[in-house]
Amino acid sequence: MSQTVSTTKTHPKLQPHFYSMEQQLEASTLGMWVFLVTEVMFFGGLFMAYIVYRNMYPHAWVEASAELNWRLGGLNTLVLIGSSLTMALSVRAAMLGQKKGQLINLSLTILLGCVFLVVKFFEYKAKFEHHLVPGPDFNPALEQGMQIFFSLYFMMTGIHAAHMIIGIVMMTIILVMAAKDSFNAEYYTPVEVAGLYWHFVDIVWIFLFPLLYLLGRHGA
Amino acid sequence: MKEAAVQQEPSYLEAPYGLASWLLTKDHKRIAILYLISITIFFAIGGTFAAMLRAELVTPQGDLLTADLYNKVFTLHGVVMIFFFLIPSIPATLGNFFMPIMIGAKDLAFPRINLLSWYIYVLGAALTLTVVMLGGVDTGWTFYAPYSSIASNTNVTLAAVGVFITGFSSILTGFNFIVTVHRMRAPGMTWFRLPLFVWANYATSLVMILGTPVVAITILMVAAERALHLGIFDPRIGGDPVLFQHLFWFYSHPAVYIMILPGMGVISEMVANVSRKQIFGYSFVAFSSLAIAVIGFLVWGHHMFVTGQSIYAGLVFSIITMLVAVPSAVKTFNWTATMYKGSISWDSPLFWVLGFMGLFLIGGLTGLFLGTMGLDVHLHDTYFVVAHFHYIMVGGGVMAFLGGLHFYWPKMTGRMYNETLAKIASMLVFFGFNLTFFPQFILGYMGMPRRYHGYPPEFQVLNVMSTGGAMVLGVGYTLILLYLLYSIIKGPKAPMNPWGATGLEWKIQSPPITHNFHETPVVTEDAYDYIHAPAPQRGGEE
Repeated sequence: MSQTVSTTKTHPKLQPHFYSMEQQLEASTLGMWVFLVTEVMFFGGLFMAYIVYRNMYPHAWVEASAELNWRLGGLNTLVLIGSSLTMALSVRAAMLGQKKGQLINLSLTILLGCVFLVVKFFEYKAKFEHHLVPGPDFNPALEQGMQIFFSLYFMMTGIHAAHMIIGIVMMTIILVMAAKDSFNAEYYTPVEVAGLYWHFVDIVWIFLFPLLYLLGRHGA
Repeated sequence: MKEAAVQQEPSYLEAPYGLASWLLTKDHKRIAILYLISITIFFAIGGTFAAMLRAELVTPQGDLLTADLYNKVFTLHGVVMIFFFLIPSIPATLGNFFMPIMIGAKDLAFPRINLLSWYIYVLGAALTLTVVMLGGVDTGWTFYAPYSSIASNTNVTLAAVGVFITGFSSILTGFNFIVTVHRMRAPGMTWFRLPLFVWANYATSLVMILGTPVVAITILMVAAERALHLGIFDPRIGGDPVLFQHLFWFYSHPAVYIMILPGMGVISEMVANVSRKQIFGYSFVAFSSLAIAVIGFLVWGHHMFVTGQSIYAGLVFSIITMLVAVPSAVKTFNWTATMYKGSISWDSPLFWVLGFMGLFLIGGLTGLFLGTMGLDVHLHDTYFVVAHFHYIMVGGGVMAFLGGLHFYWPKMTGRMYNETLAKIASMLVFFGFNLTFFPQFILGYMGMPRRYHGYPPEFQVLNVMSTGGAMVLGVGYTLILLYLLYSIIKGPKAPMNPWGATGLEWKIQSPPITHNFHETPVVTEDAYDYIHAPAPQRGGEE
């Protein structure tokens, strides 16, 4: 009757409603891709607002962008690209069942994520000191439109940072699982799926960095 | 016989007992029941707000509710009914329960995420009820900026967070459905053998995952503007409130299709059954669901014809709005064609099917009036709009939900309800509904604006009719609640297939076992093969 019931059914990590490990892995990765589509739409609303207002206040946005520290932003970009590399290496190590490789690379990923957040913290702190945080304290001498830039800057980078924090928590859980020898060639779904998420969060930053930090920098 | 052995295994209702086994369940059927209970409570709460509105509108003077209180009541009516009843109504209950069974799966792809979605819903609901306790919110369910972001001094931030959180329960349901349809189908269950209910829920899920995140971020921007001064829509610093409307309707228009598409799926199942015929134009009905989902994303500007958006943009939105009528009409024509020369059964499902078609037809056609730019300038923000969307959401959505509930009740609970009472209730709902909302078309056409607690005396007769209809509607809904609850206790046991319907869900015992199937089914036939369907067997008729 049911020829598709696979012989791998005995695998302890197979949930009872799946027929096989392949089906389980495919469902999980497809699930993460679908989830990432919702994330694209989520950030999409912010990017839409960005497009509209940049078009409305082109000059003010160049002025506002000049207030951001592109060196720190650039450093953070490198940090995140590095973390994507270590993430990819962790997935590879999990597929090969190399425990040491998993532990080193996952730890590095977490470390780089934390470095990113620390740098971000100092950037935020500088904005408070320079009266660039929207609200009653915002420097009133600045051009119309600059406050909206900073509202969007804090929304976009703030939500991105929240995603980073979730990612770091996820990686910590994965690290603990890896330490308990949970992953091997047959079962590495959580690492794979968490990796997709991590890469997505990096890519959002790759878009945010030039759009926020590098306006009007060309030819300077 | 095999049947006897089959009955030995306990059903999903009986499996393990106890409150904890329900609250921590990963069974999609139990989660559907949890959702069913929650949305019924919210339907009652939203209905109470509606009763308050209609009571106020009996007299032209605003004498029962003050203007401020009236604003809060219609806001809460909208928020509760849309976010806590209509959006989860069919997908989270009937969809959750039957979609996996219809495709021959043991469960949704992510059972734990399914349970999580219910808890997220409950959390959002708790926040919204807190808002009610704290004195309400008065922005309308649309949360238009800048009123919501800088002017209103009610609990907008908390209400926005509540809606934001609830949005994620809807995203998780949609996401789970999409993966399930792609990856969990039984052997032989090809895409074109899927029941149309599955197609409709799939299309709905696409809207949920593509639209809901956009409204989530939009509502979050409003909350951030209030709580953290991150002014994005604030005109004082150069922000554009119309941008809020664009972002809001980018989700909230497709959200209308979240409310109606699953209902169309339910009706497709039921219409084939009451006609005892293969559905007419299966693939057209299936693709029209996808067409509605896709075109539905391109029409949001028709909510904004009078905001000062470009008239050329309005023109395009108007034309695309007309286009949505095409797939909707395809469905309606195909349902009627299915009934043509069918062997119509005079059972209670027929009443819901016909009621749905009549009300949806009126709701859909009046939508064309509103999609016409010139006419919309006259009808915008009047009771004509209120009547139109209630015909779609309540006339269409709720009628289909109740119809589906009646159709699937024997399978879900293993009990039969009283057929005569069901017929009476469906008639009460149908006529009560028309009496409530048809006068509102006339009121709107004569120019009565929505969202005011008073009105000129010449509008009173029609308003009294509307309130009278609302009372009939209330009686109808209460009657349904009572006899369905009674049937759980005293109703006769339901057989496996009381309606003689096709589909995997009717080939398993009522109520189903926890894993749905004893062995993985292999599908060898198309959907709605009514030539080979078993005859209805109604069990113990009362």
